[in-house]
Amino acid sequence: MTASPYLPLEARIADRHQESDTVFTLDLELTDAIARAAYRFEPGQFNMVYLYGVGEVAISIVSDPDDEHALGHTIRRVGRVTNGIAKLRKGDCLGIRGPYGRGWPVEEAQGRDVVLITGGLGCAPVVGVINYIVRRRDLFGHVTIIQGVKHSADLIWRGRYEQWATLPDTQVLLAADVAGPGWPWHQGRVTALLDQATLNPANTIVMMCGPEIMMRLTIDILLQRGIREQDIWLSMERNMQCAVGHCGHCQYGPQFVCKDGPVFCYPEVKALFGVSGF
Amino acid sequence: MDTILGPECMNSNEKIQGWMPRERFDELFGALSALGYTCYGPQVRDHAIVYARITSSGELPRGVTDAQQPGSYRLTHSEGGRWFDWANGPQALKPLLFAPRESLWRVARDAQGRLSFTPAAERPAKIALIGARACDLAALRLQDQHFLEGAYVDEAYAARRRNLLVVAVNCTRPASTCFCVSTGDGPRAASGFDIALTELDDGFVAEAGSPVGGEILGTLVFDAASRVQVKDADEAIAQGAQQQVRSLPSRNLRDVLFDNLDHPRWDDVAARCLSCGNCTSVCPTCFCHRETEEPQLDGTASGHLREWDSCFTQGHSYIHGLTVRAATRERYRQWLTHKLGSWHDQYGRSGCVGCGRCIAWCPVGIDIAEEATALHGGGK
Repeated sequence: MTASPYLPLEARIADRHQESDTVFTLDLELTDAIARAAYRFEPGQFNMVYLYGVGEVAISIVSDPDDEHALGHTIRRVGRVTNGIAKLRKGDCLGIRGPYGRGWPVEEAQGRDVVLITGGLGCAPVVGVINYIVRRRDLFGHVTIIQGVKHSADLIWRGRYEQWATLPDTQVLLAADVAGPGWPWHQGRVTALLDQATLNPANTIVMMCGPEIMMRLTIDILLQRGIREQDIWLSMERNMQCAVGHCGHCQYGPQFVCKDGPVFCYPEVKALFGVSGF
Repeated sequence: MDTILGPECMNSNEKIQGWMPRERFDELFGALSALGYTCYGPQVRDHAIVYARITSSGELPRGVTDAQQPGSYRLTHSEGGRWFDWANGPQALKPLLFAPRESLWRVARDAQGRLSFTPAAERPAKIALIGARACDLAALRLQDQHFLEGAYVDEAYAARRRNLLVVAVNCTRPASTCFCVSTGDGPRAASGFDIALTELDDGFVAEAGSPVGGEILGTLVFDAASRVQVKDADEAIAQGAQQQVRSLPSRNLRDVLFDNLDHPRWDDVAARCLSCGNCTSVCPTCFCHRETEEPQLDGTASGHLREWDSCFTQGHSYIHGLTVRAATRERYRQWLTHKLGSWHDQYGRSGCVGCGRCIAWCPVGIDIAEEATALHGGGK
């Protein structure tokens, strides 16, 4: 979108939602009208979000590609940059550049059952594709949405999950390792929810994002249930600074997560998946 | 005397080699500067040979050679007074193209908090580098692949690369740390240069590797090298090749390394490795860099820079509260499995060009060839 792949563009915070104590969503609008009109992305891609004077972080885009009013970014405040961004308010400016990386295989998923499995804030890189599917519901088969959190208070977008559960041919399964009062769903590991999911291995595609240990255990169960390796897609996370495959931080064996991923088909990352240190 | 090395020699199947008498070497500086080039060449600085600005042959490292061992680099006297009678210094061409630290862009912030971003607009000088080795040219090719030939082009690198002219000097005196024969990258510069020279006692056998190199040699109007001179040059290079004592066990160690991720040798090397990152700084192919910020104190502007990074640092694998490679074992394993392994997937060959710098400049003398051999021979 710019001559230098490293140069951000100014964006204004069009809206800000506090999702939980530590998680917030910024709807960002490029201030340059031409750049805003030209901007295109696919679910699962990410932007580099720049906080003035501090630095950049890679944040996945949670809004829908056809949503013209703003680009949604759901962020957990955890480090130097995100703690600073958390203090910004509606109307403030920051920089963004992108979109980067390979998104979810939405075309390959058409006509098939889709299982979306997320853990913690892994729901953010996946919510875009859930919205994408929900808005184009008749293009897809049965949809199963599974989300697990450590503590029930960590669940964001509760209303959305409740609304998705009302849709036809759509199953929503939620779990919290620790459930506070008023938690109507499963208490325990997200992996246990797979028992309740109806899986048709011949025609199912799985998309997942969450802690790697959770994804590993989930993949084991999926394979036992007959899901083929090539039907499992996952979004990976590594240190990203340039986002264009130059800076070297995000390497995962032969892959540059920023440009070859962040969404991978499981066989592409299988060799090192679960090996500590990569 | 007729020009024998014009651009037309590039079209000829038979490589024409000229003879540049030592006393006329300085004409090369004149020809390069007439074309607008600033010359960089080898010079002795702080007891090491580095590439720096140069205007005459008097500044070359005359009668100097390097003795390199694991963890050791020393300059000593060499008989005969040649100028390129050494293997290599800590730098390759990397710092000239992939700058150790440079600005990517600046941002200004006005009173309303509006931001305006401006890309760094460096206009690089035309640089002629004299004295590149075959290993350095192989590394240059790999850096070109990395920074120029993917989906995104690094403009700063590209601008400097466009302005670079390379005068290679074939290596006739490899160090004990060298193993370019085993990686297939030397000691003769086979491609990637504009001019290649081979030093003999009384002068240089010269050949052009590009049209512009041919033009330059053409303007200098040299005689053709005699058959004896060409033979002497070939023998000097071949002799250099024979002197190499190190080697990698194979040119493709990818499967061996990734099949041996739990090999005890990783613990062994980690116990010696200081995780200092010297190897990655002197490696001519290592490309990792981090982005960093330099805000002005008055809050009105900030600079966004990049600087060399290393997979041996704590920060390299940091993601929100987690360090993927906290232990030295994992960092060394990352470096070696990448350098000798996954480079094959990424760039079609190993990331090692056999220059041996990581061996000499390692403060504890870890030898990449020895480590690779131990991992290769050890099996599962």
